[in-house]
Amino acid sequence: MYEIVAKEHFSANVVKLEVKAPLIARSRKPGHFVIVRVGEKGERIPLTIAESDSKRGVITLVVQATGHSSRQLCNLEVGDTLTDLVGPLGQATNIKKVGTVVCAGGGVGVAPLLPIVEGMHKAGNRVIVVLAARNKELVILEKQMRSFADEVIVMTDDGSSGNKGLVTKGIEDVIKREKVDLCVTVGPAIMMKFVALLTKKYAIPTVASLNTIMVDGTGMCGACRITVGGKTKFVCVDGPEFDAHQVDFDEMLMRLGAYKEIEKEQNDHDNERIN
Amino acid sequence: MTMTTKELIKQRRAEPWRVELRKKIKNKDRGAIERVKMNELDPVYRATTRLEEVNQGLTEEQAVLEASRCLDCANPTCMEGCPVSINIPSFIKNIERGEFLEAAKILKETSALPAVCGRVCPQEKQCEKNCIQIKMGNKAVAIGYLERFAADYARESGKMSVPEVAPANGLKIAVVGSGPCGLSFAGDMVKRGYDVTVFEALHEIGGVLKYGIPEFRLPNHVVDVEIDGLRAMGVKFMKNIIIGKTISYEDLHEDGFKGIFVSSGAGLPRFMDIPGENLIGVMSSNEYLTRVNLMDAANPESDTPVLIGKQVAVIGAGNTSMDSVRTAKRLGAERAMIIYRRSENEMPARQEEVKHAKEEGIEFLTLHNPIEYLGDEKGHLKQMRLQEMRLGEPDDSGRRRPEPIEGAIKTVDVDEVIVSIGVCPNPLIPNTFKGLVMSRRGTIVVNENLQSALPDVFAGGDIVRGGATVILAMGDGRKAAAAMDEKLQKQL
Repeated sequence: MYEIVAKEHFSANVVKLEVKAPLIARSRKPGHFVIVRVGEKGERIPLTIAESDSKRGVITLVVQATGHSSRQLCNLEVGDTLTDLVGPLGQATNIKKVGTVVCAGGGVGVAPLLPIVEGMHKAGNRVIVVLAARNKELVILEKQMRSFADEVIVMTDDGSSGNKGLVTKGIEDVIKREKVDLCVTVGPAIMMKFVALLTKKYAIPTVASLNTIMVDGTGMCGACRITVGGKTKFVCVDGPEFDAHQVDFDEMLMRLGAYKEIEKEQNDHDNERIN
Repeated sequence: MTMTTKELIKQRRAEPWRVELRKKIKNKDRGAIERVKMNELDPVYRATTRLEEVNQGLTEEQAVLEASRCLDCANPTCMEGCPVSINIPSFIKNIERGEFLEAAKILKETSALPAVCGRVCPQEKQCEKNCIQIKMGNKAVAIGYLERFAADYARESGKMSVPEVAPANGLKIAVVGSGPCGLSFAGDMVKRGYDVTVFEALHEIGGVLKYGIPEFRLPNHVVDVEIDGLRAMGVKFMKNIIIGKTISYEDLHEDGFKGIFVSSGAGLPRFMDIPGENLIGVMSSNEYLTRVNLMDAANPESDTPVLIGKQVAVIGAGNTSMDSVRTAKRLGAERAMIIYRRSENEMPARQEEVKHAKEEGIEFLTLHNPIEYLGDEKGHLKQMRLQEMRLGEPDDSGRRRPEPIEGAIKTVDVDEVIVSIGVCPNPLIPNTFKGLVMSRRGTIVVNENLQSALPDVFAGGDIVRGGATVILAMGDGRKAAAAMDEKLQKQL
């Protein structure tokens, strides 16, 4: 069960895994996520589904090695199996025709953005994708995006690919040039915070897909709770997508740091072992 | 099969060995025997060990002596207090005559999880409350201890009996959730010849018995043996499956399932909605216990982290609160406290849990209610503000309503707060089973047979009750099994 059938390196720290999961492949929709566990002592980690193929019974996950558990996952090879895989979880993206949609993704957030771009395109929207990365090597899925998007704008911190600047600059350029009806953003919390601040200024409805700390992923524990519009919400069952203008990103960023010290110890320990 | 419970009691009670046994000791002398005391680990030692069970069980001698305190009533009122109707005098008299395996077999007739119930049931409010010894001015027979003794004896002997199973009828039944309610239902249905599959969302079978109740109160291996017993009877288990998500209601029909039992349990933890509740260090008891129990987070080998608090406050005074605060103590808390807005008399936790907690050095701040949590610049919890309370007039629950004492507010240093004030039902199933009728509280509405608005869907446990005990959930499982069986038999 949950065998890895294909693996591709997008960059040094980002891999794409195709995992055998026929039941999830059959039932998932854009925006859904899964919980993955590697090893009997493994942590449960949430990952948004990038793509799926119900005929082949596989789902695609894009993983960035940022800590102990994600590194373990990235180190798996074709033929290895995940210890546990459960999903699809969360609410699916609300895909409908609204007009012009800007889809802004950064880091591994670009992967779960892909099915949203595809869905928005198929629903008859004009779709403009803004991809952001530190440099050219970290820009992922550009070609796949182009097959669904009317336009793809690449932004890099150093200008090594596309335009130099942050994701917000790319979005603002579009807003200044044409009417935007909806913005969808997936990426690091800090990036989504600034996207939300920008689009709020222009009163453009914006949806953010949040990735918080989770344990069970089914609403049981509340580790993923955030504040939206002054009310506590659970990302796993109420989300993962929310009105970005209502999300308290500062609180979310703070809560993401809950285990920073423990994680650092774990990473140092891992590095010691590697060295 | 056709014999009623009453007839069965009468028949068993009339067996010659049992008549002999009754005559052996006079009732007056049976009543004069002092109730057995559970053997427990020393409180100072046990507060340092997360995995060793506090209650050590009875020895054979203790169990036989305690069993002799039972008067073997012709009309055993104790059984009326048992949600799964265990044939109590019959198992106890088997212990008295030394037939421990036979006693365990009788337990298994009506309970899928006797070793679990013997540990976590609130017997003092159920079977033992109805014991004839109490009416005679004595202490109740320790039915719970004896149940545990027989179940443990059978397990440790390696000669656990597998209950008889009726010939397969080929009807497929789906059970949603593998907690006590689902397991009890599955056991009763497989006995009746159904093809039962239990679907579990998590990566372990057992539900709250695994993620919730700590090892020091209910060891995982005890639960696993009971689950293996169900497996041996033919129950199939599938983990990592969320009914309504991975497999839909419609998919279940397509796959040929003729009946669905929803025992998906307690869902969302409740919070109080007070300032600072989302600070780092404030979490639900579900999160805390899941990390420690299911994910083994306190073990350095585990990849899952858990915050280890030095000054820990648990909000609430139910059994889950006691489990949380005693876990915190075991993980090294210098100060572990229960914060409860009413007085000790109103605490919902079992007396035994409160007693154990006190012995282990847990502080009880009753008549206190948190109103705010304060953190440092990085968002880490540092203090809580507590409002002192007093008891006023009785409220709807019949308990005296706690009221704030104006101006009586104190600040207490804490680095971890565990909110344990109950749960709301999980919305997963209600959201995905079209046609279910839900209550305003979010529970599934069922009729007296535990049948929902969808005729093939029955439901029980916390998803119907909104938060109850293991044994009430198990009682629902039995009741639903009987009702679903009757419905399906009519259709055949």
